[in-house]
Amino acid sequence: MRRIRPGVWLAALVLALLVLAAALPYLFTGQDPLTVDSGATLRPPSAEHLLGTDENGRDVFSRIVYGTRASLLLGFGAIAIALAAGGLLGVAAGLGNRFVENLIMRLSDVGLAFPELLLALVVITVAGGGTTNAVLAIGVANIPNYARVVRAQTLSIRRSTYVEAARALGLSGPRVVFRHVLPNAVKPVLILATIGVGTALVAGSALSFLGLGTPPPEPEWGSMLSTARAFISRAWWYGVFPGAAITLTVISVTVVGRALRLRSEGRTW
Amino acid sequence: MTALLKVEDLRVAFGGTAVVDGVGFEVRRGECLALVGESGSGKSVTARTLVGLTGDGAAVEAGELSFAGRDLRRMRERAWRRIRGGRIGFVLQDALVSLDPLRPVGREVAEVLAAHTGLSRAARTARVAELLAEVGVPEPELRARQLPHELSGGLRQRALIATAIAAEPELIIADEPTTALDVTIQAQVLDLLARIKSEDRSLLIISHDLAVVARLADRVAVMKDGRIVEQGPADRVLRAPEHAYTRALLAAIPAEHTKGTRLSGPAEAVRLARPEPGDVVVRVDGAGKSFRGPDGVARAAVRDVSFTLRAGETVGIVGESGSGKTTTARIALGLTEPDTGSVEVRGRAWAGLGRAEARTLRRDIQVVYQDPLASFDPRYTVDKVLAEALAVAGVPRERRRERSVELLELVGLDERHLRRRPLHLSGGQRQRVAIARALAPEPAVLVCDEPVSALDVSVQAQVLDLLDDVQRRTGVAYLFISHDLGVIYHACDRVLVMKDGQVVEQGPVERVFREPEHHYTRELIAAIPRLTTA
Amino acid sequence: MHGALRLVGWRLLTGLGVLWGAATLAFLVLHLTPGDQAQAIVGGENAAPTPEVIAQVTREYRLDEPWYVQYLLHLGRVVRGDLGTSYRLHTPVTQAIGEQAGATLELAAAAAVVALALSVVVALASAKRRRWVRGLASGSELVIASIPSFWLGILLLTVFSFGLRLFPATGSHGFQSLVLPALALALPIAGVLGHVLREALEEVLEEPFVISARTRGQGDMAVRLRHALRHALVPLITMTGYWVGALLGGAVITETLFTRQGIGRLLLGAVNAKDLPVVLGVVLLSAGIYVLVNLLVDLLYLVIDPRLRDAPAPAARTAVEGSA
Repeated sequence: MRRIRPGVWLAALVLALLVLAAALPYLFTGQDPLTVDSGATLRPPSAEHLLGTDENGRDVFSRIVYGTRASLLLGFGAIAIALAAGGLLGVAAGLGNRFVENLIMRLSDVGLAFPELLLALVVITVAGGGTTNAVLAIGVANIPNYARVVRAQTLSIRRSTYVEAARALGLSGPRVVFRHVLPNAVKPVLILATIGVGTALVAGSALSFLGLGTPPPEPEWGSMLSTARAFISRAWWYGVFPGAAITLTVISVTVVGRALRLRSEGRTW
Repeated sequence: MTALLKVEDLRVAFGGTAVVDGVGFEVRRGECLALVGESGSGKSVTARTLVGLTGDGAAVEAGELSFAGRDLRRMRERAWRRIRGGRIGFVLQDALVSLDPLRPVGREVAEVLAAHTGLSRAARTARVAELLAEVGVPEPELRARQLPHELSGGLRQRALIATAIAAEPELIIADEPTTALDVTIQAQVLDLLARIKSEDRSLLIISHDLAVVARLADRVAVMKDGRIVEQGPADRVLRAPEHAYTRALLAAIPAEHTKGTRLSGPAEAVRLARPEPGDVVVRVDGAGKSFRGPDGVARAAVRDVSFTLRAGETVGIVGESGSGKTTTARIALGLTEPDTGSVEVRGRAWAGLGRAEARTLRRDIQVVYQDPLASFDPRYTVDKVLAEALAVAGVPRERRRERSVELLELVGLDERHLRRRPLHLSGGQRQRVAIARALAPEPAVLVCDEPVSALDVSVQAQVLDLLDDVQRRTGVAYLFISHDLGVIYHACDRVLVMKDGQVVEQGPVERVFREPEHHYTRELIAAIPRLTTA
Repeated sequence: MHGALRLVGWRLLTGLGVLWGAATLAFLVLHLTPGDQAQAIVGGENAAPTPEVIAQVTREYRLDEPWYVQYLLHLGRVVRGDLGTSYRLHTPVTQAIGEQAGATLELAAAAAVVALALSVVVALASAKRRRWVRGLASGSELVIASIPSFWLGILLLTVFSFGLRLFPATGSHGFQSLVLPALALALPIAGVLGHVLREALEEVLEEPFVISARTRGQGDMAVRLRHALRHALVPLITMTGYWVGALLGGAVITETLFTRQGIGRLLLGAVNAKDLPVVLGVVLLSAGIYVLVNLLVDLLYLVIDPRLRDAPAPAARTAVEGSA
């Protein structure tokens, strides 16, 4: 096996810890993220409060830990929706006849004309805010993109020499699709989706930051920053650490995704 | 004659691995030296080192590396820039990718003049036209304003040569200058290179093709695995090679005189007799096919092509790029439906067959592609590749492994290769696996579409010998497509010469090559680079 | 030039198609949203209009017509540039947007210029250089591309407004107040563009024609500028959707964070007040910008890659989309 760069290991480790924190947050902190302590508001980082406290005296570190679940859900959930719906449409466009292909592609043209965040805002205006709606909104906004990518992938494999070789061998159409086209299309799309999780997470937490995603007092990184905004002149830690959590997550996801991509292209990690 | 370029004990290493080791040669004023070798021999790295562009992470050492008396070993970048293009001109292979696709060719020539001469802008424009005319580009003023893709392959290569000679350098290095060209164009470009060599302009040609080199070189140096195994006057090296590798390389070149012999050395076992031609297995009658171009106009790719192929026989299709060879092959395979005419395989026409029947008929006619790697699913091991082919052929699951091993042994591989992925095999081994897969359904016909074009000459020889052995053993018929007349002559019984979608001549290969009837065939044959040996 | 005209014509046609699709989507959203439209027009859930008022509004907006008549009326209004009336502001949507467009345009333009300049300079300086230079460049690109702009804004505010007191924290007047928002918007974009550009440059610098230019005596920087950059810019301008989305979406966030005027804040206010006409108006506008920018990009392609000028339209289109 080829050597894996230490940075990639580190990123994978961070991701694993994040997933663990999302599943079992109490392993990482003994403090409750919702307990209000009016005697200890906006305290700087200390031994007791590792990353300080917020305007209600809640522990910032434990709020970040408990916020992992909502934030990861925004990223992974949205991409899962986009991948499932976009994947189906893309495969249909890539394998279907001209009419089906044209219909799906022109619809995705329209969809692509709307910036992700703006489309999400429309969904939220109609359906209202909240974590679930934010996931849905970001997911829906990403469908056209994935439909395009999956179609392009399917088409290029359909035109490859190995698919022609399989036909020349006498394999039936459906067998060629299920044995060669689809399995080969899955991997690059999944890798792309890994990198997409990062951008979806940023978009989702942006919605929370705008007060349209996860509502307070539920901990979520974007909404923490939204409240922190009013206190940045007095409590730098409040504005710094939740954002650092988002950035670290996005970097880890991107590093792992790029490493997978390089590997699948046959380059070193 | 004095040495213009002198190389002694040159060693180039990438990351600790030497790709050139202990290479020494000299180019004298006014002579042409050819550096010949197969891929990976280190010839291109050597050439680039001579202009200080070995590449990232290369460690270059040399006992001597001098040009016109100047030591190149510790040359600064600034001084290098005056030498490159100014005193050493460089011609890379395939001008389509060696000229900036977004700039008019004239500007590429002018760029050299701007860097190395004191000519004014107007004078440069005039000189560009002169230079293009000099290398045989018609309408030079017009051509200078065109982009590389608007020029034909031959004109592009001439324009690239114009950039190399623009500043009147004393040495021209040409790295595979004719490899990507059709044989007739190749001959013209070789003539041009011969013409630009003069008393005060030397030539260093890098090539994998001994025959190409024979036409130009005064002296030849043969490289293998980063070393020069033999060098000397061209006549001597090509007629009376001293090193075993040079002899093997020369013997491996397929041509008229190699017909009926093995190219890769004697066979271990007693050779079976060639099968007598049997029943007709493929009959193509008046096939024609047009494709709509991107501009919406239909162009005939193939017009009125007719031929038959008998069991145990090899029929070649030869022609230059765009002549319709591959379309003809696809029509025979039933992968492209002809607009006119009919195709029968073992007496059954593709037209009018249901899907299931067509799939059954496919077992009788199989294909081997030019690029074997692209023809395998990248996720598959050799085992899976063969098992799939055997499954389609109706071999029961429990017999498949045994048959796979038999097939591998038939193509000179063995059981150990089953678990490997094609990506990790050599080019020759990949083509053997592709042949094994094609033989799995025990077809009557194998269509070989440029099966050896991507291979080095020694590997090509092995694959050609293998195809011959397989035919002797199984009696399979070959439809053999190639642009290489030597390969066709060596491997085929009969040949179709194609040009612009039409068959201009067909007949037994000896007759067509010795007494060509059509003027195009004569032109092709005259253009074949030949070794003067016998 | 024939191919060029056809390409532009084709783009105009698909652009119109996209706009029609967008207008239709807006209609669907307006009509499928639960709740009575007449009620929303007169002031939302909290207002208590008399039945007469509702009836009058229904007549005035022809809400009693069948859906297909309403759809045609809606399309007719969009074509005339009438995007409806804001539920919240009670002014025409076009006017509301028009008042805010200047500020957003200023911010977006500043950010675009900064992002492009920064990414081009960094990519040119770092592509195919020594290991540590490339590592440093790609590392910083990764980090700034991963930073959400709202957090970057908070960091900039913490350091430059509240720490060093160099720039104002809020406001939308003058150059001083533009610096931090433009940086917060531009840097993440520059990270993404820089990454794309550097990968493209490194690929181009391996091309035979680049090596060929070197063998003619061209210096390293000359080759980068004269030969490689032009090729490497193609993937950059192909990311039109990304550009428009990042700038407009980012504007919503930066304007909120820095309390600047602009379309972004107008939009956010409208989302919170469920003021659908304004939300849809902004979305339609962004689709229009997308179409327009796409058209400009196509023209830019023809300048950058003259091969497309002679290519017939469908081929040119595939070439353009293929590089996406």
